[in-house]
Amino acid sequence: MLHIKDLKASINGQEILKGITLDIKAGEVHAIMGPNGSGKSTLASVLTGREIAQVTHGKVTYQGEDLLEMKPEDRACKGIFLSFQYPIEIPGVSMVNFLKTALNEHRKFKGLQPLSASDFLKVMREKKALVEIDSTLTNRAVNEGFSGGEKKKNEIFQMALLEPTLSILDETDSGLDIDALRIVANGVNKLRTKDNASIVITHYQRLLDYIVPDFVHVLMDGRIVKSGTKELAYELEEKGYDWIKKEIYPELNGSELAI
Amino acid sequence: MENVQTETYSSLYRNSILPDTAKPSFILKLQKEALDLFEKKGFPGKKDEQYKYTSLEQVFNNGYKKSLAPQPIKLDLGDIFRCDVPSLDTHIIILLNGFYYDRANPLKTIEESIIIGSFAEAVKRHPEIVEKHLGKYASKTDSYVALNTMMMQDGIFLYVPKGKVLKKPIQIINVLLSDEELMVQHRNLFVLEPNSEIKVVVCDHSLSPADFLTNSVTEVYAGENSHFEYFKVQNEHNQSSQVSHTFIQQEKSSYVQSNAITLHGGLVRNNLFVKLNGEGCENHAFGLFLTDKTQHVDNFIFVEHAKPNCSSTQLFKGILDDKSTGAFTGRILVDRDAQKTSAYQKNSSILLTDDVKMNSKPQLEIYADDVKCGHGGTVGQLDEEAMFYLRTRGIGEKEAKLMLMYAFAYEILSEIKIEPLRDRMTELIDKRLRKELSQCNNCTLHCG
Repeated sequence: MLHIKDLKASINGQEILKGITLDIKAGEVHAIMGPNGSGKSTLASVLTGREIAQVTHGKVTYQGEDLLEMKPEDRACKGIFLSFQYPIEIPGVSMVNFLKTALNEHRKFKGLQPLSASDFLKVMREKKALVEIDSTLTNRAVNEGFSGGEKKKNEIFQMALLEPTLSILDETDSGLDIDALRIVANGVNKLRTKDNASIVITHYQRLLDYIVPDFVHVLMDGRIVKSGTKELAYELEEKGYDWIKKEIYPELNGSELAI
Repeated sequence: MENVQTETYSSLYRNSILPDTAKPSFILKLQKEALDLFEKKGFPGKKDEQYKYTSLEQVFNNGYKKSLAPQPIKLDLGDIFRCDVPSLDTHIIILLNGFYYDRANPLKTIEESIIIGSFAEAVKRHPEIVEKHLGKYASKTDSYVALNTMMMQDGIFLYVPKGKVLKKPIQIINVLLSDEELMVQHRNLFVLEPNSEIKVVVCDHSLSPADFLTNSVTEVYAGENSHFEYFKVQNEHNQSSQVSHTFIQQEKSSYVQSNAITLHGGLVRNNLFVKLNGEGCENHAFGLFLTDKTQHVDNFIFVEHAKPNCSSTQLFKGILDDKSTGAFTGRILVDRDAQKTSAYQKNSSILLTDDVKMNSKPQLEIYADDVKCGHGGTVGQLDEEAMFYLRTRGIGEKEAKLMLMYAFAYEILSEIKIEPLRDRMTELIDKRLRKELSQCNNCTLHCG
């Protein structure tokens, strides 16, 4: 589904991704773990087409097409979804109008008629239940005044509505208490099928107790330095990122590792 | 050069206004004083701080025909209704080229005691009310106001007696209709006695493609504990120019909200002067303009806090496209006695092209020491982060841009408390942002 080959990208002239290669097939969940500043969010930015991330080298193919050539909205309509680490508040844009526009743009792209008002409400109701989102939230402006947990639930709610083929969950666990985490993870799991895939970006192993990955990749200083199965996540949790640093850079001493 | 224009208007006064001696002496006196000021000062030049960003010399030096008498034109009200706010249940009154339209019934009483109708007729029938308020709140130094005063003939008069609450809004439709270029100057006086409440919606409409110039003055007296809501929808065609002056005097514990929405009109200058003349007053001034092509919209707001414990807010927003220009000046004056004043103003603009220009000038002048005053504002582009967020949900760049512009405008629209009016404005703004025809939407005349 997605092939990333030797991808290098910079932000404001500084190279953040230094050669990433990754293959994702339908039905798979890949976790990308790594310390702060390792390039996790930049990878999400590149995949979704945020302008700030400049691709300098490499190739990304999605469903056989050159992903990097596509506009963000076309990527979305072709099934790529990003759950934001920090969802944006948009005062004045109502949730209903936003969701309806997004859903109908997806439908238009697929050559379908826009949903009728009643059909739309039906779909909304159905998906709301999936993420246990408070009904009143959809009467408000997009993310405006939402708590951290509500914002993350709202991301998964949108994901449920748009039914992506490839979802990228960027630090979806950050700022969530255990109940919210369970609800969010539950939503994601329910949306899992053999035809779609997910990239779960996280700092901690905690989320992976709920969303069980098929593969775990450790991103460090812009490179995937280690890949494995879900056991790798437990090992990381136990031994910390320093353990991997030591393994890759045996010449470093303790104080340098602390950085 | 300026004398040439001044002379045009002075002689017009001498030939057309002065000979009408049937007017009460207080009117003649006001007009004479206005003439003296006008002749002394002439039109403001480029160096005048108050008119720095809007040059009106050219439009006033136009040789337009002046609307000096009511014209016997029959309006098809159905057409006007259709391009207005159809679901809005209002008392409708119409000014045609600055004169009260319903000549057969120039002054009416609604709900037993509220008087509404022609200003000229009110001068005849209620001179004591008019004399008490006319010219008392309007600027005594502004040449355009002086010009309006010396030429004043008709306009809207509105009187709400003590304790009277009118639930249904009054809708004033300013219709401009002429085959020739035309200059219109109407004079309005609204008097709200203590504990009264009223809402007024003003819609400007040009129903023919000729060039128009309007120089209007509205004086509002909001008595103690009165409540006044004022909505102005400016939707003239782009060959028209207008200078509109609104002077509001608020007495103790009164509440006034004004909202000026400018959708069309080639050149628009709105002056809003508010004097908080009693303790515990509240004033909210909102404004929104959407400009494109070579439109120019200038809002000049001056709020004077003369007494303690009053609060005021000014929130003005603009979206500028193509080569349009805009200006905002927000003056807050807090007098020495006006302790515990709370005053805030904000002006935000979105610039859609590199060719637009926006001047924003906050001015705070504070002579009291225990006050809370602030100002803020932004001039910039649409929020990139929000744009990206919408696009990652499959919403194309163009639609995302529209959504954000609409959201920007919504802050002002949400302040409109009359629901059908808010819905209609929301729809008009949406159409306007999409660059669909929003002016005289369903109108059959297809003017402008």
